[in-house]
Amino acid sequence: MKRLVLLLLCLCVPAVWATESSLPKIDIGKGGECVKDVQWMRKNHMHLLVHQRDETVLKGVREVKNSLKNCIECHASIKDDSVIAREDSFCVACHKYEAVKLDCFECHSGVRKSAWLKRNAK
Amino acid sequence: MSDINLQRRNFLKTAAGAAMVTVAPGMLLFDVAHGNPQSVGKVRWGMLIDTAACVPGCNDCVTACNKENGLSGGTAATDSQWIRKIEIKDISSGREVSLPMMCQHCESPPCVDVCPTGASFKRVDGIVLVDKHRCIGCRYCMMACPYKARSFVHEPLQDQNPDVPRGKGTVESCTLCVHRIDQGGQPACAEACANKVILFGDLNDPESAIAKKVKSVVSTQIRADLKLNPGVRYQGL
Repeated sequence: MKRLVLLLLCLCVPAVWATESSLPKIDIGKGGECVKDVQWMRKNHMHLLVHQRDETVLKGVREVKNSLKNCIECHASIKDDSVIAREDSFCVACHKYEAVKLDCFECHSGVRKSAWLKRNAK
Repeated sequence: MSDINLQRRNFLKTAAGAAMVTVAPGMLLFDVAHGNPQSVGKVRWGMLIDTAACVPGCNDCVTACNKENGLSGGTAATDSQWIRKIEIKDISSGREVSLPMMCQHCESPPCVDVCPTGASFKRVDGIVLVDKHRCIGCRYCMMACPYKARSFVHEPLQDQNPDVPRGKGTVESCTLCVHRIDQGGQPACAEACANKVILFGDLNDPESAIAKKVKSVVSTQIRADLKLNPGVRYQGL
């Protein structure tokens, strides 16, 4: 019995070690809890975005809080003002880890609006 | 056993109730909701274009549109043009007129009629838009539009304006700068025109400048014979 427990423990240690080291490293930008807590957002952010997208496109309700633009405003990297520019950018890091295709940014800008405006001020 | 079934039945009832609640106000709101709550369902945005004041060769409205919406400014067949300047000439009299041409934001838009996915739609305030989340790029609307107002994006795009998402494989056209209107502004072309050729406003508000002017001067709708009732009217054609 003792041996079995020891064996199981030995097997667990590398498993835990392996998961922790392979978790995505995310540049969360400014971060902070704006809408809901982190776990909730990890699971449900797509529902908020889809709902907001229909509200905005069809009805013109440009409520700021749940908009993609607002997410980007806080979560874009401090370094390059983007949520998609690098492997560890906010959106890319997790989506790559989970192997979920990210197609928002084929149309939408992944850049913080304030930074875009500054760059295109002329 | 019966207990489990009862719970299941209750669960289904609650779920059906929740679905009803969300669907019913959703459908209701779809008809009346609008960016500006004060003017729910009453607004009809439109433009009155004074062709007599429009200077031939001037391209300020086009440039402003390109900058606002991130268009390349190219005029090839595969480039997006949301607004373009047209010079027309009456052959018998020799009279020449210059005018900007864009989506006319029809009351009965043919592009909406033909769209197989419901991507082409008319907002409650009369603005005709493409919901690019639903657009499959079939370009049926481009064929249906009598004003040739729509363009197709052929190439991948980068660095779009955060307010104006655009992407390859979708159809697009003048949005009346809907992102500005929703925040109380006016379209970029109307703002950029030095001669104030483009008068933008609410056609349904009798106190608005555009409604007063439409009432007092002769204005025409292009291809009025099609009975589409465009929101863009032209003066001096």
